[in-house]
Order: sequence, then structure tokens, then C-alpha cells
Amino acid sequence: MLKRAKIWGPGVLLLAPTMILVGVFVYWLIIENFRVSLTNQHTAKPSNKYVGFENYTNLLADPNFQHSLWNLLILTIVFLGGTLIFGFLWAWILEQPAKGEGFFRSVYLFPMSVSFIASGVVWRWLLSSLQTSQPGGERTTGLNRLLDSVGLGAFQNDWWSNPTWGIAAIAVPAVWQLSGYVMALFLAGFRGIPDELREAARIDGCTEWKLYRHVIFPQLSPVMLSAVIIIGHMSLKLFDLIRAIVPDANTYDVQVPATMMWVKYIGSDYADAAAIGTILLVLVAFVVIPYLWYTSRAEKR
Amino acid sequence: MSTATVNNKNRLRSAQDMKSDAKRNNKRRINRTLKYALLIFFVIIVLLPAYVLFITSFKGTADADPSRAWYLPQTWETGGWAKAWTTLAPSLGRTVILVVPSALISAFLGSINGYVLAKWRFPGANIVFTLILFGMFIPYQAVMIPLTQLVSDLGVPQGIPSLLLLHIVYGLPICTLIFRNYYATVPDELIEAARMDGAGILRTYGSVIFPISAPGFVVVLIWQFTSAWNDYLFAAFFSSGRNGPVTIALSFLAGGQLTDYAASMAGALIASVPTLIVYILLGKYFVGGLMSGSVKG
Repeated sequence: MLKRAKIWGPGVLLLAPTMILVGVFVYWLIIENFRVSLTNQHTAKPSNKYVGFENYTNLLADPNFQHSLWNLLILTIVFLGGTLIFGFLWAWILEQPAKGEGFFRSVYLFPMSVSFIASGVVWRWLLSSLQTSQPGGERTTGLNRLLDSVGLGAFQNDWWSNPTWGIAAIAVPAVWQLSGYVMALFLAGFRGIPDELREAARIDGCTEWKLYRHVIFPQLSPVMLSAVIIIGHMSLKLFDLIRAIVPDANTYDVQVPATMMWVKYIGSDYADAAAIGTILLVLVAFVVIPYLWYTSRAEKR
Repeated sequence: MSTATVNNKNRLRSAQDMKSDAKRNNKRRINRTLKYALLIFFVIIVLLPAYVLFITSFKGTADADPSRAWYLPQTWETGGWAKAWTTLAPSLGRTVILVVPSALISAFLGSINGYVLAKWRFPGANIVFTLILFGMFIPYQAVMIPLTQLVSDLGVPQGIPSLLLLHIVYGLPICTLIFRNYYATVPDELIEAARMDGAGILRTYGSVIFPISAPGFVVVLIWQFTSAWNDYLFAAFFSSGRNGPVTIALSFLAGGQLTDYAASMAGALIASVPTLIVYILLGKYFVGGLMSGSVKG
């Protein structure tokens, strides 16, 4: 027993700082946050009266918060769909070795290196639905103008200034920024498929489509799952991009829980802010815990 | 480049050898043309925002208008750049002081953790690993309110010191993950041999593991550097324009109603230069490391 402890001891000791830090900064704070969310601390003045789940029921009944959940749903669907489609398409095109492959890969990946705050500066412009009156009459701006001049005027729209679907416009720059990352994940997946497997399928007379349907896609599904988890949880947390594109923090149109939490925090409504945080955590946990469970199971096998 | 041409030649020759029918060759050529047309089309789409950013940063005040977003500057001016530079310079310095140590420290700790979890396993190591990993996925909003309290209770000053602490702590899970996956590919025999020679856990790390860790460090350092450089959430909660990093300064420069568009676009470029350089120089290693990590998944 003592001998075993001697073997494990140093490892546990080396891991101890991280375990303590994560224990305090993740788990203890989650509990503490939950505690605050059950109090009536709605102003800067400390107040610890226990109110049960009142803040949660109030939030869920609040049309503003309901709208932010709707926005979050739309954002996540468009963000996920967009990055998966472009990421897969690019990886699929680049999968066979080609001249200049490195160049294309770098270009597709580069937006990922830029902060949402920096890219938000230009996207705020591109997604502007303003009509500026210049000499020469009403002129459209940004992407609308580009669409107009290439003959796709029908696709012009008011982007994020639409209360129901405006949030989908916010997903456009998010897709722009992270499709390259999903491409890199899919490329890794493609490279992980042994050539023999494809050869075997071809020799057996598989058509291209059947090859994809029965060999490639099943082999890619773990990568796809990782991509869904990574992008999905980024979408649930998305905050800076919205703040950068829509300057007015209190805007209703593109409010999501993450930005609403900020508004509550600025207004010193700590209990509500904490409650929104906990709701976000629950949403993320629904996605992530099965995934963590699945991967740790898969590893044991 | 040279290997690419050799490969190409080989392919051409083998195609000739096969004497495959012209029809098939034709189809292949059409496919290739289509492929490059698509690739170039997407390059243009991806680069469009960068183009607007770049040209607008050189425009004068009247010229920098959303309705003229796609046109080249009427006259090339550098006023925007000068203004952006003077506004952002102090925060750029602070960001370097924040990002470099936080990336180094969390990478080093992550390397030790990954080593223990991959090669010096103890009962329950898997559970501990999963618990640490969960910290990577939590929305930080779920800890933010008590976190502001905790940081001020600990007496850590607002601004760079707070952010340094937070980036190290919340960077630990992903650093641990990447290193653990990386070290999992190291053969156990190497560790066993060192153990047989009587080397302890640290000696083994120093003599066997650390020297082969460069690829892992490249990935982790790039990741940590970019995410700390680009962070806005923690910066918004724990710093102000006076003591915050470049994202905060940029959001002040670009926010507000009367925005100087040329200056904010130049500022966005200035703030992106360090991470862009890292990607251009080291992107290859990043994708490579990402691949080895994700395939293991």
C-alpha cells in the first residue's frame, strides 16, 4: 500500500496545484454563483435574502429573456450549419493533394486568428442596413451595395436590425471566422482514413457516392462530433462579436443570454446576472457532459 | 514546391503509361478547373472583409463612408493609422506583458499535467482529467459574478494582474488536454527505461519528456497566445480603457456614435498583426498539432 502511494504520490503532488485551481475557480465558483442566483441581490448593496428560484421563474417569464433564448437558438443553428457546410466543403476540395494547397488552407484559416472585436469593426460596416443619402440619391451600404452591384439585389436585407431573424446576420461573421477551423478538423479526419480502406472499397466496386456513404462519412463522424461540440459551445458563449457589431448594449434585436448577463451586471443586478450564468451553464452541460462521458468511454475501449 | 512538381510529373507519366481514354482525362481536367475555380472563389469571399478593412484604413474622413466601402481611397491618407497607433500603443504594451507570461506559464503547467495524466497515472486519473477538461467548456458567465468578488478578495489589482491570473487558470484545461493527447503517443518503454535507471518523476520529465515536447509547446503556445490576445470577455469584466488590453482599447476606439472609421479600421489591423504573424509563420505547425490532437480525440 505504502509502496503504491510512493509511486502515485509524486504524480498527484504535481497535479495538485491544477486540481486546487480548477476546484476553486471552476467548481467552487459555480456553486457560489448558484448561491448568488438564489438571493435577492438586485442592487450594488449587499443583500443575501434567500428567494429560492424566484429569479429563474421571473427570467423565464420575461419576454426579453425569452427573446434572447430564441436568438441563441437561431444563432447556434446558423453558426453550426454554416461552419459545418463550409468547413466540410473546403476540406473535401483540399483533401486530395493539390498545388497551392497550403496557400488555400492558410487563407481559409486566417480569420480564426483575428479577434471578434477586430473583425466586428469591419462586419459592423458590411452588415449595415443604413441608407446614406449622397448626391445622386439614396445609396445602400456595405454588403447590400455589393449584392446590388453584382445583380443580387434581391438578397439585400436589413441584416441585424430585424428583431426575429437579425441574429442570423450576426452568425455570418462567426461563420466567416470559424469555418477554417472546422475545415482543419475535417482535414485531420480525412487524413486519418487509411488509403487501404478506400482502395478496398473501390476494388469491391463501390461507386464514389457509396464510398462516401459507407466508408468516409462513418469515419468522419467523431471529427464531426468534435466540431459540433466546439462550435456549439462557442455559440452559446458568443459575446464579444455581438458587442462589437451592435454598439448599443441594451438592444433587443440581437440580445442573447451572454449579452443580457452583461447588461444585468452593468446594472448591478448580480442575482439575475448569476441566474443567467447558471442557465447558460446548464445549456452547455447538456451538450458537453454526454460528450465528455462518450470520449472517456471510447478511450477505455 | 519541388516535391509537388515531381509528384505532378509522376502523375502525368503514369497517366500516359495507362493510356487511359481521352474522355477520362478530359473529365479530370474539367474537375480540376472546377476545383480551382471554387477554391479561388472562396478565397475572394474570405478576403473581402480584409480588403475593406485595409482600404478603408487609408481613407480620409469624408471618403470613409459605408456607401463607398468597396471603392479604393480617393487619396491614400495615413491619418487613420497615426490616430489608431497613438490610441492603441499603451494598451499594446500592456497586452504583450499579459499574453507572453500567461501563455508560457499555462503551457508549462499544462505540460506537467499532461505528462502525469498520460504517463504517471494514478487511480482516478481519468476522472480527474475529465473534471479538469470540463473547465474548458464552461461558459465563463457562469462563474463571473463570484469571480469578480474572489479576485478582489484575493487583493489582485484590476487590469493586467487580474487578467494574467485568469488566463493562466482558465487556460490550464486546454493546455492539459493538448499535452496529454500529445504524450499519449510517446511509447511507454521510454518512461519505463528511465524509471529502471532510477529516475524519479521530475528527472524523467526533464530528461525524456521535455526534450521531445516542442511540437506540443508550439500548439499550446499559439493557442494560448491567440486566445489571450483576442480575449474580450475577461477584459471587459476585469479592466478598463486605462489599464486594459488592446481589445478594450479597440472597442473604445471603434464604439460610440461618432466613429472615425479610418482610425478604427487601422486599429483593427494593428490589433490583429501579432496574431496574424503567428499564424502566418507557425500556422502549419498549428494545423499539424491540431490534427494529431483531434484524430486522437
